[in-house]
Amino acid sequence: MDRQVSMQGQGVVGMAVVAPKLSSAARRRQLREKVIAGIITAMAFTGIAALVLILVFVAKEALALFLDAEARHEASLSKMFLPQVARAGRPATFVWQPVSSVPKVSMIPLFIGTLKTTLVSMVVAVPVGVAGALFAAEFAPRRLREVLKPTIELLAGVPSVVLGFFVLMVLASFMQDTFGVGSRLNALVAGLGLSLAIVPVIFTVTEDSLTAVPRSYREASLALGATPWETAWKVVLPAAAPGILAACVLGFGGAIGETMIVLMASGNAAIVSASLMDSARTLSATIAAEMGEVVVGSPHYSLLFFLGVELFVFTFLLNMLASTWTRRVLKRLSGAGA
Amino acid sequence: MKTFIASLTSLLLLVLPGTSQAGTLTVKGSDTLVILAQRWAEEFMKKNPATKLQVTGGGSGVGLSALINGTTDIAMSSRPIKDAENKQLSARSNAPATQIAVAKDGVTFYVNESNKLDALTAEQLRDIYLGDITNWKDVGGLDAPIVVYSRENSSGTYVFVKDHLLKGEDYTASAQTLPGTAAVVNAVAKEKNGIGYGGAAYAKGIKELKVLQGKEAIAPSEENIKSGKYPLSRELYFYLRAKPAGDAKAFLDFVLSPEGQALATKVGYFPVK
Repeated sequence: MDRQVSMQGQGVVGMAVVAPKLSSAARRRQLREKVIAGIITAMAFTGIAALVLILVFVAKEALALFLDAEARHEASLSKMFLPQVARAGRPATFVWQPVSSVPKVSMIPLFIGTLKTTLVSMVVAVPVGVAGALFAAEFAPRRLREVLKPTIELLAGVPSVVLGFFVLMVLASFMQDTFGVGSRLNALVAGLGLSLAIVPVIFTVTEDSLTAVPRSYREASLALGATPWETAWKVVLPAAAPGILAACVLGFGGAIGETMIVLMASGNAAIVSASLMDSARTLSATIAAEMGEVVVGSPHYSLLFFLGVELFVFTFLLNMLASTWTRRVLKRLSGAGA
Repeated sequence: MKTFIASLTSLLLLVLPGTSQAGTLTVKGSDTLVILAQRWAEEFMKKNPATKLQVTGGGSGVGLSALINGTTDIAMSSRPIKDAENKQLSARSNAPATQIAVAKDGVTFYVNESNKLDALTAEQLRDIYLGDITNWKDVGGLDAPIVVYSRENSSGTYVFVKDHLLKGEDYTASAQTLPGTAAVVNAVAKEKNGIGYGGAAYAKGIKELKVLQGKEAIAPSEENIKSGKYPLSRELYFYLRAKPAGDAKAFLDFVLSPEGQALATKVGYFPVK
């Protein structure tokens, strides 16, 4: 924003000095440049405006949870985050049963479900994506690379509902036949399905940042007697670290918000357990499954929007952490280079 | 040009009285009935283009309160009207509501076809869905964990099972929720320790459970649901403020006709007669 203003400022000052000498054609050209710059700026701000408007809308719908007396009674913060007695005579537990005579709205099972599927997908997708990108950027022959990159990127174009269907029908049965797990649809299967969706993202961004590492780094390393593997692992990979981190954050954001695959493949049971073999219910799948029939303006409705706000806050915080870290690494790298 | 305008006006004259005379009938209420009522309305309007029908959901309670407030002509309900509601209605329109059963609905429980059990009592089903029984051996099956499948909480079937079988208590947390009867059937067909519920289904790989009452195992067949013998069945109602007349009577006659009842079977419900 500041830069925009100062650039425009410079333009005005420059014109004031040079203006009398300009031909009309040149002046028209300058005007056209300005109009185009203005349009592009407006476009850029449309994106930001949309983001802000979405956030305001979602937050407004969620806010009723804290303002409305009925909603405050039904879904207070303590009911959302502390164990509650679900059935008389049983110990207090975390239960998500928003449609009930006494709604139980604990978010803990949803957090656990989201964490489990996202973690599984990251554990699988980050090594696969980064290793694949390292191979494509450093070791693959040019011909192979030209096939590899578009093919993996094609995977990003597969609609998530198709991936979800594949996981539901094929992968889940395969996992059950191979490992004999108790529940066919579980957090592990859903996480594996998610990783299919985010490997292309991590691969593409990582590959781009590896290719962007200056040739001189590699040449210097090889000249000092390092093997190609040592060069890739100890020089190129650290130099591309900010880009790789950005890739992981993008992948994480995709995994935590991805809805269709987990909705189809996780079984959607809101269970509090550490086992990956148990069914899991994620925040995004809960919103998708329950928004269809909820009464607009009811506490349950606000609650679903509150889940949306939480998802937003998670990704926002992670993005912020990642960008601060990236800046620090970049500073260190450029400091070392100087 | 003149003839064109003349024909246009004559056309308008022809059409206008038609639209102004045509009654608009509003039907509102139960989400269980809304799909069926929409099908009925479509077919009915094909035959009687003069009558316009508006079908909206919202839930049985919403429909009945709209009937009391006079904002709908017909209320759909998946439960009988409450005494309090009927009193309110009598106070407004000097007569109790007219109740007409329009279709029947029954919930079937399925297990995988390899499961050796054929029938369970309603209490056993209840305990399984409450999470008190978690192993098939406790109900006479093999020693294997029960994988419980349920529907999303937006589903009318979810509410029916919750109200009728679980008596309003919550499903076990480990019940996996799936969208639609087809998804449940598919899951149970693939899961040999699975149990699920939904409308009547004829699919490979699953077996419909009978419900044990005393010594008798009652199958969720059409005749058992029609006669009310199958314990997990219910009637679905239309409520009106007075005796049906005019457009409402014509619509109800269509609904109760063999053709209307055949539509009910097609959508997955059972005829009342």
